[in-house]
Amino acid sequence: MEFLRPADWTEALAAKAAHPSAVPIAGGTDVMVEINFGLRRPDALIDLNRIVELREWEVGADTVRLGAAVPYSRIIDELPTELPGLALAAHTVGSPQIRNRGGVGGNLGAASPAGDSHPPLLAAGAEVEVASVRGTRRIPVEEFYTGVKRNALAPDELIRCVHIKRADGPQQFSKVGTRNAMVIAVCAFGLALHPATRTVGTGLGSVAPTPVRAGAAERFLEQALDEAGLWDSGGVVPPAVAGKFADLVVAAANPIDDVRGTAGYRRHALAVLARRTLDWVWDEYRGKEWGRACA
Amino acid sequence: MDILRTPTDLAQRGHGGVGESASRPDGVLKVTGEFAYASDLWARDMLWGHTLRSPHAHAEIVSVDTTEALSVPGVHAVLTHADLPAATHYGLEIPDQPVLAGDVVRYHGEPVALVAADHPETARRAAARIRVEYAELPLVTDESTATAPGAPVLHPNRSDHYADRVPHPNVVHHQPVRRGDLAAAKARAEVVVTGEYELGMQDQAPLGPESGLAVPAEDGGVDLYVATQWLHVDREQLAPVLGLPRELVRLTLSGVGGAFGAREDLSMQAHACLLALRTGRPVKMVYSRDESFVGHVHRHPARLRYEHGATRDGRLVYVRGRIVLDGGAYASSSPAVVGNAASLGLGPYVCDTVDIEALALYTNNPPCGAMRGFGAVQACFAYESQMDRLAAELGMDPVSLRQLNAMSQGATMPTGQPVDAPAPVAELLRLVRDRPLPPPRQWETAVGTGTGFDLRALPGGLSNTTRGEGVVRGVGYAVGIKNVGFSEGYDDYSTARVRLEVVNGEPVVLVHTAMAEVGQGGVTVQAQIARTELGVAKVVLHPADTRVGSAGSTSASRQTYMTGGAVRNTCLLVREEVLRLGRERLGDTHPGWRGDGLWLRDGAVVTAGGEVLADLAQVLGDDVIDLEREFRHRPTEPLDPENGQGFGHVQYSFCAHRAVVEVDAELGLVKVVELAAAQDVGRAMNPQAVVGQIHGGSVQGLGLAVMEEIVVADGARVRNPSFTDYLIPTILDTPTMPVDVLELADEHAPYGLRGIGEAPTLSSTPAVVAAIRAATGLALRRVPVRPEHLTGT
Repeated sequence: MEFLRPADWTEALAAKAAHPSAVPIAGGTDVMVEINFGLRRPDALIDLNRIVELREWEVGADTVRLGAAVPYSRIIDELPTELPGLALAAHTVGSPQIRNRGGVGGNLGAASPAGDSHPPLLAAGAEVEVASVRGTRRIPVEEFYTGVKRNALAPDELIRCVHIKRADGPQQFSKVGTRNAMVIAVCAFGLALHPATRTVGTGLGSVAPTPVRAGAAERFLEQALDEAGLWDSGGVVPPAVAGKFADLVVAAANPIDDVRGTAGYRRHALAVLARRTLDWVWDEYRGKEWGRACA
Repeated sequence: MDILRTPTDLAQRGHGGVGESASRPDGVLKVTGEFAYASDLWARDMLWGHTLRSPHAHAEIVSVDTTEALSVPGVHAVLTHADLPAATHYGLEIPDQPVLAGDVVRYHGEPVALVAADHPETARRAAARIRVEYAELPLVTDESTATAPGAPVLHPNRSDHYADRVPHPNVVHHQPVRRGDLAAAKARAEVVVTGEYELGMQDQAPLGPESGLAVPAEDGGVDLYVATQWLHVDREQLAPVLGLPRELVRLTLSGVGGAFGAREDLSMQAHACLLALRTGRPVKMVYSRDESFVGHVHRHPARLRYEHGATRDGRLVYVRGRIVLDGGAYASSSPAVVGNAASLGLGPYVCDTVDIEALALYTNNPPCGAMRGFGAVQACFAYESQMDRLAAELGMDPVSLRQLNAMSQGATMPTGQPVDAPAPVAELLRLVRDRPLPPPRQWETAVGTGTGFDLRALPGGLSNTTRGEGVVRGVGYAVGIKNVGFSEGYDDYSTARVRLEVVNGEPVVLVHTAMAEVGQGGVTVQAQIARTELGVAKVVLHPADTRVGSAGSTSASRQTYMTGGAVRNTCLLVREEVLRLGRERLGDTHPGWRGDGLWLRDGAVVTAGGEVLADLAQVLGDDVIDLEREFRHRPTEPLDPENGQGFGHVQYSFCAHRAVVEVDAELGLVKVVELAAAQDVGRAMNPQAVVGQIHGGSVQGLGLAVMEEIVVADGARVRNPSFTDYLIPTILDTPTMPVDVLELADEHAPYGLRGIGEAPTLSSTPAVVAAIRAATGLALRRVPVRPEHLTGT
């Protein structure tokens, strides 16, 4: 197995172009597990740890540019206001040791439906910036996941960063696992309110071949909030609306039975998470007057 | 071969005698990552061994072709069943397990071939090039398939001593325990409750994988450095397989990363030795994590049916039970597990009429054998669930019902054996019941998060699933009984060698035993005993090896009793020799030498009144006292094959638990808030180590209650061989665990002590499940309890 150690981004792209089957490695929290279990024996690894810019972030006017290898522990400590949903999800990743090593780029590269970053990225709205010696492109995150553990990267491309919309309203993330820490998601749900545009975003994890948004649920909720004037009044979301929203979230799922849980339980739990997180974000919206015109 | 990382030197630099919390010699080394485990062994020129395992649970091996594997550069040997030099099978009690599979494989992961190569990756790649042609056979996976007419018989032509009296050849062993007149008792019973229960397959999940290093010796023998639980029983099984006299098979204990029963059976021992003898080179084998999960035995999954009859006022009139244990493909320690389940199947209660039968099956599931609690765990989950059902049926408080029926000293076991030592069962229950309950809704009072609630105190933890929605609390109780030491007439002994000499004016004691230190703290206790009995500060522990007599197994809660007893026994003989020499050499110098009750303290001989007669340097001069002696517990008897009567057990150990849980009933997630324990330990030899054992056992039982299960499915294959999907409790799953320790001496045991390691594993599981039942109102007949069970999905 070759171990390539590019000194900068240009060298990394050249290395990937020259070795399209090479697997990039940063924190190693996914790749090393697969290697240790013999699930993957790549001809070459590209070590990205010498590329400083991958571990940097920058807050812009509307978006945060998050380097692919910024570890979860720094997202929690440094970006809880700008990326609250992702920070909550980062809290649930593995153990402290894993959170010190792993980053969003690895989650995207692995494209596992159970990756904890995916629901908050989908809910907040994000674009994945990928590059090759041929150039750079941005892929909307919902188009990035193409199948079970498959993504939209070309063989010569690397993930450079993610452009995530700054929070303009409350965000939540909840994940069900069968122990209280260090657990792979049985199912997960991310929810973001965007009061400025009066829209909502969702992200579902571990309940379909890929991470998905529940588009119909989002549109239903937007319409229901609008029609009842709740964005302005800050009134309580009627239980029937929350229930229908949860049903539509579940309708977007397509779960399976596996050793971590049954499809039936995943549907049930997803509905509970959808109702609870809606409660929490709406309570926060009402309490904090997020951009609300008249209180 | 000139460099070898041998076990870390455990010379005892600390102090502390019996009854003090002497610190562990290996503690700091382990916490700082300095401790050398068996996986750290290294020798110059060593090769790496790798095992090719069966992908099928039951298949005929049609052909094996090793040509391609042998042609891989760097490969030094490839071995199959055809290459075995001597005995082809081994086993703890019944030698039914092939060293390498011959004509047939009987479980998923069974070893089929071995490779030795100069790099572990080369060995792995070469193993992948061994061509094995399999023809799959029908599976036997439970009682109905194992005993169905025409079921495949997994071990035809059995010659073991259970074969003649089992009801079916796919039953390893069957043990009834019958006492009293059942028909009459049934007529007297005013209330009857029945229940069926099931336990999934728990794994010991030791953090250190199976590892060892075999070094061929110039005399034609082999030296094996290995992580195991019993060096001498490994040797008994290895010598016939290697075709060597036992004195040419020498074992030394290496650093053991946990055991819990998983290291009682051979794993890589024979394989590494065979490869070393074949290649003439040292061979190291280290299992990967997924290999470890198929490379050792598990706890027997079980199905149990119980029927409890009682009077209206809550007195047990009769108890019937049927306990079916899945032993998997090979016998391992199944017969002894059956004996425990049957003889302890009533629980720590008094009942004159008992009809319990236990049996273990041969199936194509992974082999099951020893795990902490050993047959008593499965029974305890069922009988304690039954006691709660009976209490509910009678409208009684579940603790009061247990106390009403609790055994005490003088009671008679269902085997007819008298309980001739303290059995404070009712008192242990009282201790856990009388503790104040933890305050409710602790997530609201926890500080530090700034959110007004602490996720860590809620079901789901940092996964952020609830702020209190759906959360309900429940409290549950359980108590259990475990035997200590090897039972049913087994000649169970331990050996200790103790050497006393004076070096540079300072007396030094060397303690040499073959006891496997697997983390239990036995080495700490041995030094405490030597310091106490010989009055010497400096105690050195010799590495455990086969140059001294057997210490027996580090299992059955027995080592402090047995090897502790052996060290004490030999120390007392050494002391006698010191006094004899002193009287001979110095007897005329002081009248005190003629008195009784002389003892050793602070490196000197003192009178009963504490007057110093001479220091040890004066007594011994350049002489060395070096004695090796065996120590036995009182004898036991086999259980009668028809009715299970007999003086079967050495000693009993009791622990009670109260569990307080909070359940998110909507999501089916559980947070154990507090798990209080009370245990009688006879004598707390090292109080800190005692509490550590009780905490560890309690958490292992909690794991079985809510998360730990090897999933066997899709053709009897292990589906979750990793710590990603075989979940054990993290610190966020671990509750506050207050402990009450009773010290009621057992006069039959050294220092009055009681084996303690297993009892807390028994009652923890049913206490947690009882609390979940109390919180949710659900029946919950199976462990581990999954979110699906709690949400009906």
